[in-house]
Amino acid sequence: MSDMNALTAESPVLQPAPPGGAGKSRSLAADAWHDLRRSKIFWAALVLIVIVLLMAAWPSLFTSADPHDCVLSRKHAGASGSAIFGYDFQGCDVYAKTVYGARYSIVVGVFSTLIAGLIGLAVGLSAGYFGGWLDALLSRFVDVMLGVPFLLAAIVLGKRLASNPENSNGVLAVTLTLGILGWTTAARVMRSSVITAKNQDYVAAARMLGAGSGRLIFRHILPNSIAPYVVVLTILLGINIASEATLSFLGVGLRGDAVSWGISISEATGYVRVAPGPLIWPSVFLAATVLAFIMLGDAVRDAFDPKLR
Amino acid sequence: MTGVTDIQAQIDPLPGLDPRAALLQVDDLHVEFRTRDGVAKAVNGAGFHLAAGETLALLGESGCGKSVTAQAIMGILDTPPAHITGGQILYRGVDLLRVSEEDRRKVRANRIAMIFQDALSALNPVYTVGFQLAELYRKHRGMSRKDAKKRAIEALDQVRIPAARERINDYPHQFSGGMRQRVMIAMALALDPEVLIADEPTTALDVTVQAQIMGLLAELQHQRNMGLILITHDMGVVADVADRISVMYAGKVVEEAPVYDIYARPAHPYTKALLESIPRLDLKGQQLNVIRGLPPALTDIPRGCAFHPRCGYAREICRMDQEPPAYQIAPHRIARCHFIREVLGV
Amino acid sequence: MFRFIVRRLLQMVLTFFGATFLVYALMFAVQDDPIQALVGERPITDSQRAALTERYHLNDSFFQQYWYYVKGLLTGDLGTSLTGRKIADMLADAWPVTLRLTLIAIVIAATIAIVAGVISAIRRGSIFDNATLFVTLIVLAMPIVVLAPLAQLIFGIKLGWFPPTAGKDANLYELLLPAAVLASLVVATELRVTRASVAENLRADYVRTARAKGLRRGRVIGVHVLRNSLIPVITLIGVDIGALMSGAIVTEKVFNIPGVGFNLFRGIRTEDGPLVVGFVSVLVIVFLVLNLIVDLLYAVLDPRIRYE
Repeated sequence: MSDMNALTAESPVLQPAPPGGAGKSRSLAADAWHDLRRSKIFWAALVLIVIVLLMAAWPSLFTSADPHDCVLSRKHAGASGSAIFGYDFQGCDVYAKTVYGARYSIVVGVFSTLIAGLIGLAVGLSAGYFGGWLDALLSRFVDVMLGVPFLLAAIVLGKRLASNPENSNGVLAVTLTLGILGWTTAARVMRSSVITAKNQDYVAAARMLGAGSGRLIFRHILPNSIAPYVVVLTILLGINIASEATLSFLGVGLRGDAVSWGISISEATGYVRVAPGPLIWPSVFLAATVLAFIMLGDAVRDAFDPKLR
Repeated sequence: MTGVTDIQAQIDPLPGLDPRAALLQVDDLHVEFRTRDGVAKAVNGAGFHLAAGETLALLGESGCGKSVTAQAIMGILDTPPAHITGGQILYRGVDLLRVSEEDRRKVRANRIAMIFQDALSALNPVYTVGFQLAELYRKHRGMSRKDAKKRAIEALDQVRIPAARERINDYPHQFSGGMRQRVMIAMALALDPEVLIADEPTTALDVTVQAQIMGLLAELQHQRNMGLILITHDMGVVADVADRISVMYAGKVVEEAPVYDIYARPAHPYTKALLESIPRLDLKGQQLNVIRGLPPALTDIPRGCAFHPRCGYAREICRMDQEPPAYQIAPHRIARCHFIREVLGV
Repeated sequence: MFRFIVRRLLQMVLTFFGATFLVYALMFAVQDDPIQALVGERPITDSQRAALTERYHLNDSFFQQYWYYVKGLLTGDLGTSLTGRKIADMLADAWPVTLRLTLIAIVIAATIAIVAGVISAIRRGSIFDNATLFVTLIVLAMPIVVLAPLAQLIFGIKLGWFPPTAGKDANLYELLLPAAVLASLVVATELRVTRASVAENLRADYVRTARAKGLRRGRVIGVHVLRNSLIPVITLIGVDIGALMSGAIVTEKVFNIPGVGFNLFRGIRTEDGPLVVGFVSVLVIVFLVLNLIVDLLYAVLDPRIRYE
């Protein structure tokens, strides 16, 4: 791979050859899919994601135990029967809690990413396409958002939303917090790829042929700038799942009867010396889930942009 | 000139060096790039020679292997992907492809130096031109920073950069295109090399500046009795300054001749086509001849004579496996074509 | 250079007002009962309620409130925590250990990122490169809430290589484990950017020139490539400071280090709104100032910016 890069950059010898190698010309997407299919990381990520999604949708497939069935007399008891990971400080089945923890992680992750994605799309597209004062204003606003470290902003907003008594378990509050604060990268990426696409000759040509804004955006600009945006969202999904756990750990995320990996980890840190199990298992599942989405994003980006490898 | 030789003898004795041997001779050079998509044969048996004080033009379309040949002589090809698979590069009787990497390194800039096409990207953007020049004296001559700086100012003076003393502290982006190329020349000539390779030195410049730079190069070359290899695709530039021309096609020298002969009577169909594709005032109003087709992909060079798919003279023999041999036409003229007589019109 | 600094300073002033406004708005805008947002479900007395109302000027308009808040920030008056202590005093107490922790983390992260990133870039496609990319991927995916407790469990408790907790006057050795955890937050991105940047610069024309000048490989990479490659890495370190601040909250909590993050954590847990708003505001300002410094450093490294 690196050979190819060095060659094209270093010397003009291959210039006469048609793009795409030995005469085969594929579309970018087909090319990317061709690369992706051969990527081990891609398949590993996909398998992990499918497992987590199944866990989130039908936890009873994985365990028959109830995560809320806690008996204090079983406090920190070792593995027995279906509770293969033992019991935590309240005597809850660690395995069942870990399996059920997937649900809120996925729900919060997916919906917060959707919110962030939509805001990012709208902001990035309009800033990039219309330019001018709108771009200046929106870009300034993004700068201001980036002036506040993400988690700090999330703590303040999360705390404030969580104080609303209607939010019993905090799912809505956390989703909104992550969605409202997490769109900046998506917007930036969208903006810059829209600007790149906009300046391509074929877009100028389409404009001269009288294509309207709507047609230009949806037929010409979006299809050519969507790939980096999707990559960012995939990675953001992983980051949001991690952030949910972090906020829950800090006490401004999920609360109450919500089963969450972040809460489990937070509770378990007080007892690591006596019982490391309740800490280790949710940690492993959380890390694997985040890893899966980041790996997926990485693999897709590599496929679309071999330059970065 | 004696001064120059003395310094070089002191600085880096190169084992086997024979001062009386020919300055530079390239024989049967082969370079290929091995990539995921196949092997690109960039240079396929190129050969030429260069004497002191002489200017040889390497002429050809982009992708014909002229720059790769130059980088092979300098020893700055990236391996991988580039591999030199055959031939020799004799400098004063020493085959540069056989000397140690350390000796090779000392040859660069000291004995053989190179000027690149785009001086803006060829100079390091984050260091002053003074630093980049002085570095040569410090690393190759072991001079102190102060002495090296003094020499750097002199070097800029020699390429006629006004107010060299002040400009030494400027960064490359603060110079105009022509001045930047002068800095590039000052760097290449800093250590008094015997051979200078100029790779399209004026392509990135305005026409008026081009002439100044070419004039400067020619002048400095005469002063120092340097051998100059001028790589270009521009036949107009060549006519003014070159002594001899080597025309390259698909990694091979297809014709070599003194500059006057080539313009008067090209012996290879490719050279002839190149000449006919130059717009001429006296033929105003007539259709310009262009060369049909594209240069071959280096991953898939045609068998036989590589030029045959684009050649008006091509017959069955040109498509055979055997490529045309180098025919000696006159004492200093060769051409690789089966139909030299027809091309010359004799 | 002067124009660059002035422009950058003006930008920073703008971002300062924007960012502090954002923090304040996130907490107080469109709120039925701001007091409740501040204290959560914590019961408070009427006198406390009156004090908070006065402190945050909750009877005034929102913009007036914001103005008083900024004035407080600029004059170092951060108000009083619900525990009765002055927030500025708490901050002064907590500050030194956090500073040490973050500095060690930055040094660890930058050293690993630059050394491994450069080697990776030079030997692209090698076993070292692929292994490094794989490890960065794993590290990248490790949330701090996973990393900090697990590192404490494995290296602090099970293996006993490092003390599992560190106090207020922790020494370098005691801070090493938490600092390494903190560093892991940023090391992966820094390494990847270094690698990409070095790889790109290795292909640059000026590298070919440097080699044609007969310079040794070590000098070509160490002097010519490195200086160019570090420019994007330096900018990244500015952004990373934000990540380090966030990470310090969890890390200090887990390792029991009584720094800024630990206090902030306790403030969140005890629903101490004034403390949270005060600490976050100060951290935002520190973040902005550090980013300004990084940007100026950037200009020092890149003459093209300096002479713009």
